[in-house]
Amino acid sequence: MKQVNVNVHQVSRVEGHGNIVLNAKDGKIEELRWEVTESPRLFEAMFRGRYYEDVPHIASRICGICCIAHTTASIQATEAAFGIQPSEQTLLLRRLLYNAEILESHILHILFLAAPDFLGVGSVFPLVETHKDVVVMALRLKKLAYNLAELIAGRKTHPISCIVGGFAKLPDLGELKAIRGRLENALVDLDTTVELFRTLSIPDFNRETEYIALKDPKEYAFISGEIASTDAGIAPLSNYLEVTNEFCVPHSTAKYTKNKRDSYMVGALARFNINHEQLLPRAKRAAKELGLSAPCHNPFMITAAQIVESVHVVQDSLNIIDQILARGLAEEDNTVKVRAGRGIGAVEAPRGILFHDYTYDDNGVLTKANCIIPTNQNHNNIQKDMEGLVPLILSQPEDEIRHTLEMLVRAYDPCISCSAHSLKVTFK
Amino acid sequence: MKPKVAFFDFTGCEGCQLDALNLEGEELLDLLNAVDIVNFREVKTEREDSYDIAFVEGSITRESEIPRLQKIRNQAKVVVALGACACIGGINCLKNHLPMEDALRIVYGEDAKYYDTIPARPADAVIPVDYYVRGCPPTTAELLKVIKALLLGKKPDIPSYPVCVECKMAGNVCVFERGMTCLGPVIRAGCGAICVTSGRHCWGCRGLVEDPNVDSEKDILQKYGLTVEQVVEKFKIFNTYAEVTK
Repeated sequence: MKQVNVNVHQVSRVEGHGNIVLNAKDGKIEELRWEVTESPRLFEAMFRGRYYEDVPHIASRICGICCIAHTTASIQATEAAFGIQPSEQTLLLRRLLYNAEILESHILHILFLAAPDFLGVGSVFPLVETHKDVVVMALRLKKLAYNLAELIAGRKTHPISCIVGGFAKLPDLGELKAIRGRLENALVDLDTTVELFRTLSIPDFNRETEYIALKDPKEYAFISGEIASTDAGIAPLSNYLEVTNEFCVPHSTAKYTKNKRDSYMVGALARFNINHEQLLPRAKRAAKELGLSAPCHNPFMITAAQIVESVHVVQDSLNIIDQILARGLAEEDNTVKVRAGRGIGAVEAPRGILFHDYTYDDNGVLTKANCIIPTNQNHNNIQKDMEGLVPLILSQPEDEIRHTLEMLVRAYDPCISCSAHSLKVTFK
Repeated sequence: MKPKVAFFDFTGCEGCQLDALNLEGEELLDLLNAVDIVNFREVKTEREDSYDIAFVEGSITRESEIPRLQKIRNQAKVVVALGACACIGGINCLKNHLPMEDALRIVYGEDAKYYDTIPARPADAVIPVDYYVRGCPPTTAELLKVIKALLLGKKPDIPSYPVCVECKMAGNVCVFERGMTCLGPVIRAGCGAICVTSGRHCWGCRGLVEDPNVDSEKDILQKYGLTVEQVVEKFKIFNTYAEVTK
């Protein structure tokens, strides 16, 4: 009689707090749960009654990793409510700033959080001894992303200059030119990252699900477009509630979502599956070298999709900087005219599609807010993946099962603090 | 023996911990030569129950977090509050304006009964705190400065004057001159006035200076035709806890 009991309290190397529970006896699963135990933050309640210009500043604090995503979604929702169409210059700067966050967040996950699993250690710290060049490269890439964001918005964590209507301060062209060279070098570092990951063995586990991401006919969508689903096609942003269908699960975790099936996936792999044709050439090449081709149904390949996107955003940033250097930057009038109304903002946060939905009164004071967070949309899919994966690995030693399940959770790069609304869990 | 350093997160965005990783290659190597990082769940799997210096991030927003924080206090020789949430309660306290039941209902509707939450508070509302690394987020430079001072057994030298001093040094045009409200005159410096330098105003994330010159702030407001209410609204974003407990 074989018993398997895996109980990982607070999975490490993920953002926020979540547990894995597995109890099996004689090859039969008795209990298998992905549980989220983050404290409720109640952001929607905090937004209420705030003047519009404070709202993106507060929204940023939902998450320390994807603060630019929350700030951008928040600004877009507010602009939509007020009927503001940002200038071309603002959109270029926003995309450049956004690229910095995608790069920073992906590098953090690929090289600091996921890589130790593949290299058989418990954190990045022992790698300082064994793989010093990789650690130094990881810190270099992270610092570059940080400095790029700093140049556009004053700071990476909790950006300052990006505001409703535009930018409170414009970057210096000379500094943009200077960082361009570092971005060129980053492409070389990312080649090294591709090489490193090519040599690692990825668990072979495929489970098809519904994939949802923003889609924009003009470009690989991060901060524009409509809602695309591999099952249901394209829907306007105004339909986001029908796509996400949030529901509470009292016995266990955070708010869950589902659309056409039991669950769906958002994030780098969902974006890749939906928008891969719009990747820039160098990113397409990286995908090929990593053996990533669409459609890919292996959640462990999320990390590979993140590497591909890292290449894409660096190349896109080089293109944007060239455009800015050619056209110059002009001081613009950022005056905002408030009006009563509702607006929806949607972006692809590093971990997937993110919605902010605000209603303002005619003084520009927020009266109602709703935020739907990528990680909450993935919780249900993580659960379904575990249910698919565990029967395949149940004969393995308990430690290996635990490790594979932790790797699965980490592959999703969950960002649980973001789960602006999440539940308390009671243990048996 | 190298001192053992532990990082613990309570309720917050975890941005402070992440920024702590924002070191240059050599800085990280130097740091790891000087200390043993024994607890850092965000980036590290192994955990230890024995440590000398504990960095505590986030505010306290659940009953269950209180005994956890007390245990850390009993274990550590030095407790450092890291970031605005731990130092002054921070943004999480915005929900304290509402009765908890109402705040929960706004977010969760009918399912509000499943949630455990208490009014948010800073670490030192629960335990004695030895040092503060302020800001939302704190700067990596200040964090390193505090670690270095602790290793040398010295008191970290953190400014106690208001943001206006650094803002003048940065050569910024005064925010009031630009027709906006600013908290700079009463908020602790140490950030280099980064928000004003980046085109905005001071939001107050480092908390009040020890003896804020409130009359002088009122004079400034009057001079520029602004009201106390406007400033208080801005002040609440990070300092609701100080405002409510006063």
